[in-house]
Amino acid sequence: MSNRDKLAGEIDDPIVAGALKHFKASVNAWSEATYTEPRTGVRMARHNWRLAAIWALGCLLAAGSLAGGLYERHVRQESARIEIMKAAIRAAEQKAALERKAAEEPVAATTAGKRQPTAVKNAASADEDLLATVDNDVSRQVPAAMEPLAQMMDNSGTN
Amino acid sequence: MTVEAAKEIAAQDFASIVESHRPQIFRFLLASLRDADLAETLTQECFLKAHRNWNRFRGDSSAMTWLMRIAINLQKDHWRNRRLQFWRHTQANAIGVDEASDWLPNGERNAEQQILAREQVAQVWKAVEGLSERQRTVFLLRYVEDRELSEIARATRLSEGTVKAHLSRALARVRAELRGTR
Repeated sequence: MSNRDKLAGEIDDPIVAGALKHFKASVNAWSEATYTEPRTGVRMARHNWRLAAIWALGCLLAAGSLAGGLYERHVRQESARIEIMKAAIRAAEQKAALERKAAEEPVAATTAGKRQPTAVKNAASADEDLLATVDNDVSRQVPAAMEPLAQMMDNSGTN
Repeated sequence: MTVEAAKEIAAQDFASIVESHRPQIFRFLLASLRDADLAETLTQECFLKAHRNWNRFRGDSSAMTWLMRIAINLQKDHWRNRRLQFWRHTQANAIGVDEASDWLPNGERNAEQQILAREQVAQVWKAVEGLSERQRTVFLLRYVEDRELSEIARATRLSEGTVKAHLSRALARVRAELRGTR
């Protein structure tokens, strides 16, 4: 350091000058000791390895998150689709049941309406048949002693 | 002179420059970064760049100044990149101020003087740590590399006045640290 370059107070302060001298000597000693040390580029390799590991981990996490998100979305979509289908099936079943019910009610009403007169008619004809049979039987069972009277009544009836 | 012969001379020149200036460049980077491995890497990069641009070196300044400028730019790039890095691994590899101040030449001093010297070195390191990047560069070029102000100005592409201002502030900080006023 030339005198021309001296800064005010740079050298005049013995404490600062001494400290700077020690500092320079210290850096020199450190540099000389470190400079002569054999170096094989381990640090760079270690850094590369670390960086690669960090990047790999980061990529893995990102890919995992993405895949997880996609899978979750897919599952949700699928379950939503299934729910919709179930609801549609239920609705269709309900609709079919309602339609069946609606279709069955008029038939039942008609059948009931038709069945009642027939039954009445059948019952009436059965009564008439029964009465006719009874009449026939009764008429056949008139005792022989009463026969002239019966004939006379028939004659008077026809007259 | 054939082109091959000129190239050979240039290569020999460059080899001699590497041999003579490599330790100084390494020392400057080591003091700037406090990381021996990184200093070694940047020293290699510095000479690689210098070799690539050796043909363009016009000799306006000394080879040392030119190399120092490359080293300063590399160091700047490193700090700039480090600021952008998510993983600040450099800080983890740089040694602490206390560890850096352990290095002292084996002189004839007694134990007491050695302890005092170590304390002073630690205080200077502490002050250096608090300097801005530019102040630190100027300070180290001046008080470790013994460069003249004009050389420092050329290497840092600053005016001599600015260099003086940076040095003055850096010295004030060192002085304050030594007096324990900071």
